[in-house]
Amino acid sequence: MDTSLYQARILDHAQHPRHKEELPDPTVSLPAKNSACGDSYIVYLNVEDGIIKNASFTGIGCVISQAAASLLTDMLIGMTVDDARTVTEEKVRTLLGIPLTRNIEKCALLVWRGFTEALKKL
Amino acid sequence: MSIDVSNIRKQFPTLSADAGMVYLDTAATSLTPEPVLAAMDRYYRTYRANTHRGLYRSAEQATDAYEMARKKVASCIGAAPGEVVFTGGATAASNMLVYGLEQTLDLTEGDEVVTTVLEHHAMLLPVLELARRKKLVVKYAQLSEGFSVDLDDLRSLVSERTKIIAVTAASNVTGRMVDSVPGVEQAVVIRDVTARIGHMPVRIQDLGADFAFFSGHKMCGPTGIGVLYGREDLLKRLQPGFFGGGMVDDVTLDKARWCDGVERFEAGSQNIAGAIGLGAAVDFLEHLGLDAVHTHVRKLADYAFSVLGAIDGVTLYAAPSVQNVGIVSFTLDSVHPHDVAQVCADAGVAVRAGHHCALPLHKELGLSATVRASLYVFNTTEDIDALGAAVVRAHALFAAH
Repeated sequence: MDTSLYQARILDHAQHPRHKEELPDPTVSLPAKNSACGDSYIVYLNVEDGIIKNASFTGIGCVISQAAASLLTDMLIGMTVDDARTVTEEKVRTLLGIPLTRNIEKCALLVWRGFTEALKKL
Repeated sequence: MSIDVSNIRKQFPTLSADAGMVYLDTAATSLTPEPVLAAMDRYYRTYRANTHRGLYRSAEQATDAYEMARKKVASCIGAAPGEVVFTGGATAASNMLVYGLEQTLDLTEGDEVVTTVLEHHAMLLPVLELARRKKLVVKYAQLSEGFSVDLDDLRSLVSERTKIIAVTAASNVTGRMVDSVPGVEQAVVIRDVTARIGHMPVRIQDLGADFAFFSGHKMCGPTGIGVLYGREDLLKRLQPGFFGGGMVDDVTLDKARWCDGVERFEAGSQNIAGAIGLGAAVDFLEHLGLDAVHTHVRKLADYAFSVLGAIDGVTLYAAPSVQNVGIVSFTLDSVHPHDVAQVCADAGVAVRAGHHCALPLHKELGLSATVRASLYVFNTTEDIDALGAAVVRAHALFAAH
């Protein structure tokens, strides 16, 4: 199994990201930026009856941040808000399944941090 | 006169320790050669003492070495020793200077600062904070062709209310040299020389500087040391902004009288080893010849332009070599700079991705980030070839197909 940074699964999610779109009437949306690297996203959540009906993102960033956004939004859709709040940094690392050095982890966790802040606002 | 790169490379221990590494990030920090390390080590091992305080042999020796370093740095930039203050770095110098100017200049609401979008945050942010505190108007001169400052525009922005003109002497992103800037009597001219010094000869008066600052660690010196230059008559009037031991003539319970001279700005125990190391770095570079250093990095810049320019999708953001201190920034279509830099890193090529502490410049250019390769005395054409190969690989791996 390829455990390198740019393994096929990561590249696939980066080049064909899932849920990369603006939500027309989101329950909450927030920016998520890492200006040192040049990653700049907006995260969107649509919540009804305590369930995440839709999660998406727009913006630009490096492969790792975009792949993480794609994987994370895939995971969040259909979760209850309570369950979504239990998605820890550790769970995101497992989801990505790639070696994260100090410099890359900021990109990998950027959109997760955005969604964490968004979930606090619900 | 040219430099013997293969011999020079032997003097940089990290190049031997990490054999495969291609270091193209001098604009972040340069590598440190053996003579600098040896000079610092000699201080720590054989005459470790504080400066300007003790009467014993090692204290005298430490003081002599520290003041000799000051003389060397001053001579290197064509200044007098009394115009050279040692600081913790360029950023420390800039902050200390701007704070000092705030106490010294008669600044009123509506007074003006003229600066440029080329500035590194070390120059820009202290000035912006000053403007916010004193309600000053900040004006930006336009960029001209080749990423330079439009000096006519700058001249037109200067008015009788201009109190500070702050212009870099070289961009840390595009490498563009900005030589003398026009001054006016009532305004203080500040030059950030960090990207320029140690990469070419610098004569501070030729840059029209009333004040200037730079770091030691981007010119073969150690980290944690830098210089604030102040024209003698202006430095005499500048208020210190950092207070403590060693900068006073007298202290009573309710006030203190500062020293004359540069000691006024060197409160507390100094980075003695750092200053000695910086002096040794000056020796090292002057032995190579700063004209020869500049010729070398310009030739490499030209080679980098040809290698990178031949790669599909590369856009260069770098001044023409004749006006460049040896910095080449670029983007690669459809590939985020961070990913280019990661692929480079995986291939052992050290470059930088991001805004390089120059956000206004990147915004002006319509970019969120660039990849930056910076060239110095120990770099070779093989280094550029390795960079080119990594960029080609990044293109193959990531570019939209």
